[in-house]
Amino acid sequence: MDINPATTSSSVSRLIEELSKLPGIGPKSAQRLTYYLLRAHDEQAQALAEAVLSLKQQTQLCSTCFNIADSDTCLVCRNSSRDRNLICVVEQPQDILALERVGSYKGLYHVLHGAISPTEGVGSDDIRIKEVMERLADGHVEEVIIATNATLEGEQTSMYLKRLIAPLGVKVTRLARGLPFGTELEYADDVTLARALEGRGEF
Amino acid sequence: MTRPRSYQTEAIIIKKTKLGEADRILTLYTPHLGKIQAVAKGVRRPRSKLSGHLELLTHSLVSLARGRNLDTVTGSHTINSFLPLKSDLELAAYALYVTELVSQFTADHIENYPLFQLLFDTLQRLEQGGDNELLLRYFELNFLKEIGYRPQLQQCPSCRAPLKPVAGWFCPSAGGVLCGDCGDNRPLRYHVSAGGLKVLQLLQDGEYMTISRLKINRELSAELEGIMRDYIRYLLEREVKSAAWLDTLKSASMTI
Repeated sequence: MDINPATTSSSVSRLIEELSKLPGIGPKSAQRLTYYLLRAHDEQAQALAEAVLSLKQQTQLCSTCFNIADSDTCLVCRNSSRDRNLICVVEQPQDILALERVGSYKGLYHVLHGAISPTEGVGSDDIRIKEVMERLADGHVEEVIIATNATLEGEQTSMYLKRLIAPLGVKVTRLARGLPFGTELEYADDVTLARALEGRGEF
Repeated sequence: MTRPRSYQTEAIIIKKTKLGEADRILTLYTPHLGKIQAVAKGVRRPRSKLSGHLELLTHSLVSLARGRNLDTVTGSHTINSFLPLKSDLELAAYALYVTELVSQFTADHIENYPLFQLLFDTLQRLEQGGDNELLLRYFELNFLKEIGYRPQLQQCPSCRAPLKPVAGWFCPSAGGVLCGDCGDNRPLRYHVSAGGLKVLQLLQDGEYMTISRLKINRELSAELEGIMRDYIRYLLEREVKSAAWLDTLKSASMTI
């Protein structure tokens, strides 16, 4: 939708244009948000503007695990109570949030920032696999937990990582893939069921 | 004639892209509707009942509802999950290469049953094991035949003389193998050995049963791979992305 610049203030059309570039926000939503902010308190608009600015200016990737951090080292890597012999490899920074919500994992993380996806042209050099290997070089790490997504891309990435890490003598484990909590067996697909049977445990 | 609002079809999932919060756009290759695209809602959530039946390289029975723009997947049931392909790094890479070719070269809604059958057979043959490079070449040549880019391997495309069983030049712009005389002054051409030409001819016209018994050394296999990749790049006018991943895996297995 084109906003006719002659009928509205240029600041209004500029914000609408910027907002509609965001994922999931169409021109109509962008317009609604813009007019909401126009009527909102000054402080609210100010806070939003500052939050957006600091997002880009004050965050960086942790130099060890490539999580999003405020400084050179992220909060997890800086926390001395965490088990430094354990690394959990995830695809995205958001995955750390999901795992931390559970609260039972006490080791460190490593964010790959993607997964091997041959048809999208993403290979092993395009994600931070080399950096995982660098962290394993000093021999401190005892176990690498691969927590990539249970999709074809995530599986490919996990198999490739295992192939690289196994010769180092480091234990490589993969998050269990089975039935999600709250689902019914009858709807499970063959791959999930096969993996669930394979990984069944005594209880 | 009004088309029914919902329909059901067999399909192999050949491509997926993320859409919005938890949705995906899937590219399906079907026996009678050709390539179709459909939205699968909510499949990126862990509790989705459909997601496992709609993963790449899965042969499923899919129910769809017609939409204004894209159709929506309303149900799906796995026919063959090709589990061995998904559990092996190399096999998955081969299979993804195959599906990428199908996805890149075909247009939406053009029925091509032989192509569906070829895709399905190729995935099954990958599962069964054998010389996968040779299988890939067989797929490529027969795939090009189905979509109308069959390279001319019997007679020289320039002077129409039947090709003798000697070394020649594969020329993508001429669409086949040129005889020694015609190939001499062509700019873009690739050398084909006498053995290479023979295998290509066999792959193009032979039955897979016979071909699967062929034993091909590494050198010849690399020659054929190079020729086919250049021809496909010429037709597609860009790289096949998953070929790069195949190369990575191959170079890694050489060093180990």
